Amino acid sequence: MSGKAWKYGDNVDTDLLAPGAYMKGPVEELAKHCLEAIDLEFAPNVQPGDVIVAGRNFGIGSSREQAAEVLVLLGVKAVIAKSFGGIFYRNAFNLGLLALVADAEADIEAGHVLDLDPASGTITNTTTGAQIAAEPVPEHLRRIVAAGGLVPYLEQKLEKHS
Amino acid sequence: MGMTLAEKIIAKAAGLGSVRAGEIVTCTVDLAMIHDSGGPRRVKPVLERLGVKVWDAKKVVVISDHFVPAVDQQSAAILKLTRDWVKDQEIEGFYDQQGICHVVLPERGHLKPGMFVVGGDSHSPTGGAFGCYMFGVGATDMAGVLVTGETWIRVPETIRIDWSGTLPRGSSAKDMMLKLCATLGMDGGDYQAVEYTGSTIAGLSMTERMTMSNMAAELGAQAGLIAADGTTADYIRAAGANPDEGTAFAGDEDAACRVVHKFDASALGPQVAAPDSPANSGPVEEADDVPVDQCYIGACTGAKLEDLHMAAEVLGGRKVASGTRLLLAPASTRITAAAAADGTLATLTEAGAILMPSGCGACAGYGAGVLAEGETCMASTARNFKGRMGARSSKVYLGSPYTVAATAVRGRVADPRPFLAENRS
Repeated sequence: MSGKAWKYGDNVDTDLLAPGAYMKGPVEELAKHCLEAIDLEFAPNVQPGDVIVAGRNFGIGSSREQAAEVLVLLGVKAVIAKSFGGIFYRNAFNLGLLALVADAEADIEAGHVLDLDPASGTITNTTTGAQIAAEPVPEHLRRIVAAGGLVPYLEQKLEKHS
Repeated sequence: MGMTLAEKIIAKAAGLGSVRAGEIVTCTVDLAMIHDSGGPRRVKPVLERLGVKVWDAKKVVVISDHFVPAVDQQSAAILKLTRDWVKDQEIEGFYDQQGICHVVLPERGHLKPGMFVVGGDSHSPTGGAFGCYMFGVGATDMAGVLVTGETWIRVPETIRIDWSGTLPRGSSAKDMMLKLCATLGMDGGDYQAVEYTGSTIAGLSMTERMTMSNMAAELGAQAGLIAADGTTADYIRAAGANPDEGTAFAGDEDAACRVVHKFDASALGPQVAAPDSPANSGPVEEADDVPVDQCYIGACTGAKLEDLHMAAEVLGGRKVASGTRLLLAPASTRITAAAAADGTLATLTEAGAILMPSGCGACAGYGAGVLAEGETCMASTARNFKGRMGARSSKVYLGSPYTVAATAVRGRVADPRPFLAENRS
């Protein structure tokens, strides 16, 4: 899988990802406001397959899983961060968003095209040719992401058994 | 080697004699708490897709606190969906607009020491103040709990934070937490268990302990634990429950902790977090004189009865500065009633405070009291992320209820200590 990088810093919080003022409305509407407090260009211009690259503690704050869901709706394939907020990390996989732990900020600029291999934990910056090591993602979690999240994954499993 | 407080509670919930940090275990959930935002409207579709009801209606508590009171058809529909679902699931533990979940849950006697509790909100570590292992999850994880009554957990390491000494006048648990956020950072808790110990903690009231545990979330910890003692038992009894139904575990002396941080409360003055992070905290002097448009005493962190008492000490006989507004949203309806009965509400409203309904409201930018572009607020809440309380260019400073009250009187960020000293002279 490959996509273009959007780059942000440390401590990207859930209020930035899913602003409170739009939480009561449909999640499709909420998605239009994702990250608008720090980047008005992101939501209107992000393309399916794009990737977010960030620093420490991505997704800190609220337990609202819409913070991960809006990224999925906008077509974001993965978030690469040095570390994640604990609740967000679980929410991401539960909603079908790949979360990759890697110290990648120095090797990736906004707009670079990235190729991801979550099984081996390899990020290839196809713009520069650099290879960056990420923590490999276990097969169980990759299957949940491939299914589109935990609930569709469980449904698939239940259908197979019935 | 002995076990930590966290390990003891988790071992009990997992039905094991002992557990060790790093192990992944499956725990039986004693209680699941959800609210109107992340609760029924998010978990109902999942339960319907799976064709099941909640595993045990007696172990589920639902509290409507985010979109209260309804301000439009969207919020009214969410609150109605919540009511209808609770009835359909035959859940008796339902509190409709009675206050903020983290405060209402113990206030109504649902927490007893030693319980393993999952909450559908990030400030769920608040329950740790009662010697419970309580932590927050997203709605999909919560749906799993509601279906099975179980969840998996990686047994956390314990980060012990030991406080000694008596807090000086004008300082509070909120100042202790802002100091910790500045020192350890918002990932200092590393999704492990923080355990607060020491003479300062032992001397704190239950509501101040709740502030400590509540803001373990801002340290990035999964839980913020305080071993139960006589203070805990007294609170639970006053809430109409029996503390002896729980188990007051204490960590063993020789249990392995990742690290022990030591802090001295006796030297701690009022702290203020500048925008846009609780970790951006320092002594009040550093933020002194910043003009503010709004002051807010509210949220699970900063609007319990004792928080209102702190504000009243500063605001008694004084007035909110012209050009500044002070919004007051007590954390629960019972707190509003108690503050009315003991005269605190009169003191605050005579000073110019604007009384609002109990709920999460302005803190998270959900309800009434949000900020316009370019406005600045001083709040007793837990988070001051960019744009959280309203417009993207609005700014939020955090402080104790003393500091918020002092700031309201001056119209600028202010040290509460001169006001308190003046009271005594």
